[in-house]
Amino acid sequence: MTRYSAFTVFREGLRGQKGWDKAWRSPVPKPAYDVVIIGAGGHGLATAYYLAKNHGIKDVAVIEKGWLGGGNTGRNTTVIRSNYFYPESAALYDFSVRLYENLSRELNYNVMFSQRGMVVTAHSEPEMEMAARQVNAMRLNGVDAEFLDRDQVRKLAPLLNYGPDMRYPIHGGVFQPRAGTGRHDAVAWGFARAADAQGVDIIQNCQVLELLTEGGRCVGVRTSQGEIRASAIGATVAGHSSVIADMAQVDLPITSYALQAFVSEPLKPVLDTVVLCPPFGTYISQSDKGGLVIGGGLDRVPSYGQRGNLPMQEAVLAGLVEMMPALASVKLLRHWAGIVDVTPDSSPIIGPSGLEGLYLNCGWGTGGFKAIPAGGYLFAHLLATGHHHDLSRPFDPVRFTTGHLIDEGAASGIAH
Amino acid sequence: MQIFPCPFCGPRNETEFHFAGELGKVRPDTGKEVNARDWATYLYAQRNEKGLVREVWLHLTCSELFVMERDSLTMDVRASKSLRGDAL
Amino acid sequence: MTSHRTDRAGLIDRTQPRNFTFDGKAYRGFEGDTLASALLANGVRVMGRSFKYHRPRGPWGAWVDDPNAIMTVTLDGRSFPNCPAATTPLVEDMQARAVNAWPSAAFDIKAGLDLFHRWLGAGFYYKTFMWPDWHLFEPMIRKMAGLGDISRDAPKNYTADQVHDHCEVLVIGGGAAGLACARAAAEAGRGVVLVDDHPIFGGGLHQSVQIEDRTPSEWIADQLAAIMGAGGRVLPTTTAFGVYDHGLVGLAEYGAFGTAPHLHRMRADRIVLATGALDRPVTFAGNDRPGVMAVDAACEYLARYGVLVGRRIALASNNSLADAAEAMLTQAGAKITRISPQDGAIRALGGKQLKGLAQGLRRHEVDTVLASGGLTPLVHLWRHAGGKLDWCAARQAFLPGAAPDGMVAIGAANGTFDLDQALSEARAIGAGNASDAAARTYSLTPLWPEPGDKGRQWIDFQHDVTLKDVELAARENYVSVEHLKRYTTLGMASDQGKTSNMAGLAAMAAIQDRPLPEVGTTTFRPPFVPVPFEMYHGHHGKQLWHPLKRLALEPQHRAAGAALGEYGGWLRPGWYGTGNRGDLIRREVLSARNAAGIFDASPLGKIEVMGPDAEDFVNFIYYNTIRTLKPGNIRYGFMLTEGGIVMDDGVIARLTENRFVISCSSGHVDSVREHLEAWRQDGNNPDRIFIHDLTQQWSTVTITGPKARDILAKLPLGLDLSAQAFPHMTVQETQREETPIRIARVSFTGDISYEISIRSSRASDLWDKVVAAGEPHGATPIGIEALSILRAEKGYIMVGKDTDGETMPHDLGITIPRLKKKPAYIGDRSLHSDKANLPDRKALVGLAVGDGDKVLPTGAHIVDGTLSRSLGYVTSSYDSPTLGHPVALGLLENGSARTGEIVSVWHMGETRQATVCAACFFDPEGERLHA
Repeated sequence: MTRYSAFTVFREGLRGQKGWDKAWRSPVPKPAYDVVIIGAGGHGLATAYYLAKNHGIKDVAVIEKGWLGGGNTGRNTTVIRSNYFYPESAALYDFSVRLYENLSRELNYNVMFSQRGMVVTAHSEPEMEMAARQVNAMRLNGVDAEFLDRDQVRKLAPLLNYGPDMRYPIHGGVFQPRAGTGRHDAVAWGFARAADAQGVDIIQNCQVLELLTEGGRCVGVRTSQGEIRASAIGATVAGHSSVIADMAQVDLPITSYALQAFVSEPLKPVLDTVVLCPPFGTYISQSDKGGLVIGGGLDRVPSYGQRGNLPMQEAVLAGLVEMMPALASVKLLRHWAGIVDVTPDSSPIIGPSGLEGLYLNCGWGTGGFKAIPAGGYLFAHLLATGHHHDLSRPFDPVRFTTGHLIDEGAASGIAH
Repeated sequence: MQIFPCPFCGPRNETEFHFAGELGKVRPDTGKEVNARDWATYLYAQRNEKGLVREVWLHLTCSELFVMERDSLTMDVRASKSLRGDAL
Repeated sequence: MTSHRTDRAGLIDRTQPRNFTFDGKAYRGFEGDTLASALLANGVRVMGRSFKYHRPRGPWGAWVDDPNAIMTVTLDGRSFPNCPAATTPLVEDMQARAVNAWPSAAFDIKAGLDLFHRWLGAGFYYKTFMWPDWHLFEPMIRKMAGLGDISRDAPKNYTADQVHDHCEVLVIGGGAAGLACARAAAEAGRGVVLVDDHPIFGGGLHQSVQIEDRTPSEWIADQLAAIMGAGGRVLPTTTAFGVYDHGLVGLAEYGAFGTAPHLHRMRADRIVLATGALDRPVTFAGNDRPGVMAVDAACEYLARYGVLVGRRIALASNNSLADAAEAMLTQAGAKITRISPQDGAIRALGGKQLKGLAQGLRRHEVDTVLASGGLTPLVHLWRHAGGKLDWCAARQAFLPGAAPDGMVAIGAANGTFDLDQALSEARAIGAGNASDAAARTYSLTPLWPEPGDKGRQWIDFQHDVTLKDVELAARENYVSVEHLKRYTTLGMASDQGKTSNMAGLAAMAAIQDRPLPEVGTTTFRPPFVPVPFEMYHGHHGKQLWHPLKRLALEPQHRAAGAALGEYGGWLRPGWYGTGNRGDLIRREVLSARNAAGIFDASPLGKIEVMGPDAEDFVNFIYYNTIRTLKPGNIRYGFMLTEGGIVMDDGVIARLTENRFVISCSSGHVDSVREHLEAWRQDGNNPDRIFIHDLTQQWSTVTITGPKARDILAKLPLGLDLSAQAFPHMTVQETQREETPIRIARVSFTGDISYEISIRSSRASDLWDKVVAAGEPHGATPIGIEALSILRAEKGYIMVGKDTDGETMPHDLGITIPRLKKKPAYIGDRSLHSDKANLPDRKALVGLAVGDGDKVLPTGAHIVDGTLSRSLGYVTSSYDSPTLGHPVALGLLENGSARTGEIVSVWHMGETRQATVCAACFFDPEGERLHA
């Protein structure tokens, strides 16, 4: 495989770009693997990569019904952060941020993790008290956090409305300097290329039709490209987790919703950080290409339809204009939606499915992208050893029976 | 904007409605012993089907709960019916 | 510069000249011009620079498909970034600047970047800038990227109107097919709306000499008159930008330049797509040079604006529509050279200025190249709605296939490129009949890019994606259409791939030697053209964004000098008077403790639950046992979620056997009402329980303090107010001047309190009388800030502030129902989960500080000895005016067992000490409460 570097880019420029290898192969599936992963999104590909790298398990297939990275990995708003309240969440997401910090060099693929920081604004005295509680929690959790007053927010995000007519005047906010954005496709492609280089087969256009079971144990999958058997099967299919679980006759604590995202026409740099204003239900960052990338809340109707709906568009974009009135005449270029898997406590599920041999990595809801390296790392650990890594144990689905929910939404004002 | 048919008020914008849950959830009789698993199933397990679904919705403006049958992929609404009648 | 304006009339008004500048230079056009047509008329070709290589670019298209001429337009001091010159109407005094060029599009200092193009191919940035760190390179790259810049001030008078609309038949596209169809539908008695994104209807019809024995303008006028005569509506300058669930069509209606478009949320029983078709570009070397243009664009510039784009024109087309174009352009005075691009690779000669076109060894000295690789129907809206596409080999295009509900495509959008057939198809559909499969005269010779050819052949003009980039993507196995698009950025520019997508698919098909339909199509995502954010925003901004609920007594509060603020969605008095806020609040607290405070408690929930099953129902809803509550009595209780978490607290009064009033906290009224309704109807007999929310119909005035009884006694209510007759936690109903009044003796301060509720229309009278009665006793109105302190002194919690998403009732010290209550209630089973049973749950505590110590900061955490783990946090903290020292409430792990323990309180890196105590600092024995 050609190594990516300034030198090879220079050399290939001279050679007419003829010397580049395939980023990944397009193999025909073998009849059996040690591990089969369903879903070649970020989490699935990262799982395969870490199986090979950390556990030496290279006889792995990642099967994908469409094209790799085509689900939520290629549809999210690319925010990476670990501004969480509970120690369990902070440990998980900050582990992910730390893996992201070295990911480009590790994968030899520039995922453009841009640590431009993230501000979550507070709009009243009670919200400032909650913000203080949040900042203190983050610092105690070992996560970087700053408590900002109005002027400090203004310095970071001058485009916000500081006028007297603002419905929710800005009092201050919570800032995580190490948060930022990444190039979402590159994360999928980087993991795919690195996993492929380790011998992992990534099989696209291969849909799972049913699970193969023997003696109450999942032993493989029947796909549109034939039967594939494996000792362990992992599902990393986000919003479609219930569909796979249904094949195992398991009901998950998941409801699928469409989550919309928006991008504007490219502008010269106007916004240097990620900004979330909870009362307007809107957050925004600017991509390296110049487009404003905007997100908001879930659509109100449970859905598997990967398309946006007008009421939530109006809510999010109207919120944006309230937040940043100078953007009123900027034009929306594109909007789309992904199907996200929402759990009762808005925390992920990593663990056994209820059908022996089948494991789940799902329930990331609106925030799966930022957790890709950690999700893959921890899920690989579970698939390879059969046991939880310490960081993933609190996220085992058994918590729904024991009551040990990790309800970030209820603990903090931060949308996620 | 989707149009949902409230059995009492007729077709209205989706923004007037609140998703109240899947149809068919039965609350365990907590007057008796309920094991943790069954309770967790009642609280949290969702069929979350792709395709035809039957759900309970609340029409916020008239406060009535009703059953709606719709397609979670195409968003087609097939039918709606009062919760008081026989379920769909 | 020579003028390119011809004698041909066009649709411009030559009596109305318009002066404007481009890149600082003055020009003149006419009313009816676009920026692009006016510049072309003035002989200006270089109107922009490409995104990556800063290549000089002129318009390829004449309307929404043009990817090249993007400008920041300033008018009346306000700048609008990223305006496509081809669709921006020319306005007097406009100042336009190319977005990605400095100092001008003609001379751009970054043009030198093009020299490095061999190193800047598709995805080069994924392969480098990793060492030592991306952050070193990113700022420079961000500065290079982006198109226009915005002004940092909010635009003035830029507000979109938003309307809901309905029609029976919505016809999208006002060309020949759309007009004929709309007319037929209107004349058949249907309610028709016809929209077109041009200011003047007719689509490509203006290029024709005659239609049905009329000039195009006459024919169009006839159709519009007939449509409107039959009751139809027509909306020019209106773009159908998206089709959403349940057939909702988003329409953007544009007004004058610089104003926000209006949003129509249009619902139609039937949608007719008559959106036409675009020329597909031909992929050849140098095809991005200014002067290379779509055949149809040149015809549009001539027909609509009277602009002849060139004098010596090479017409490189593979299809039968070229004849009409040749005739039209020749008639206007151009010398046309016909080129068959399928006969051999062609390449454009020259640089910023086009010098000619070569095919093999033949060179044609031309100043303009017009190219068409066939027509591509505009099927975006069809795909938004979920319609399928079929590949048509004869037309080499994707055509509408299986239709979405209620939608039909006609004319060029349906692949019917011949006018006569399009008209008969349109009329049949309009009249409600099926359309016969029409004969075709349109023909073409398939044209494929030649991979490996020399020269740089552009696929995506704006984003600088060339055939070599597509080859590179294929080589690296980014072969799925979406990978191709994302890796090369093909089709992701502001024109959304209207020209580049088909060229890209054809290139990938040619490279892989696969049939084009096997390569697939990318998703067509709304909006069809970029639309301003404001269109989604409209008038519901500023204070109308989540409007505040207003108190009936607001005039009284204002008269009393209240500082009004938002509390739980209501505009309420925070405190009264002007001056130091802390002093004012302190004075109110002391007045309430020493005499009485008068408080507007109207937002408190007043939800009545009635009916024969009401008792069982509220007993089920509440954590606490309500069944044993006697009529006339009040009980404090919690409502839980099924997960056992405290969702609200408050009092419930039993007025009669079958009638209860739930007084939930003011911020939770809506959610509690929904919660009650859901449980009433799902799992109970809704005919035996009735819920009536009177929160906003009734107002509540609270008198609290040691003098409360004396003050209330001055109101002629005829009640015995003695502690024996009217004890704490009881309610009485009476009348005053035939108005029902409800008086609850219940307290949120720890002092004797009466909550007097009356219908809101009589509230001002009540308020005035209470204030007047209170004055001699030294009672004053108090705001919510004082109340927050009073209740914290007493240790009364506010749900959501002193509780979090994990708090269960036993964490708040109310343990008995959990252990003893037999009948089922919401959340019961969850109170016995593993987690609910843990000894180290966070429980409500009081926190005391040493003498002279300052107030603990709310939001501070209580930490363990090593300062590494949070054990809980301070939830409410005040300097108590009553007690003369700070008081604080908090949630603390195993809190109830830690009374007396000294704990570390950590806030933003600083640690202090506090002593855990009972969560009640004032009148722990309750003597004052029961007085």
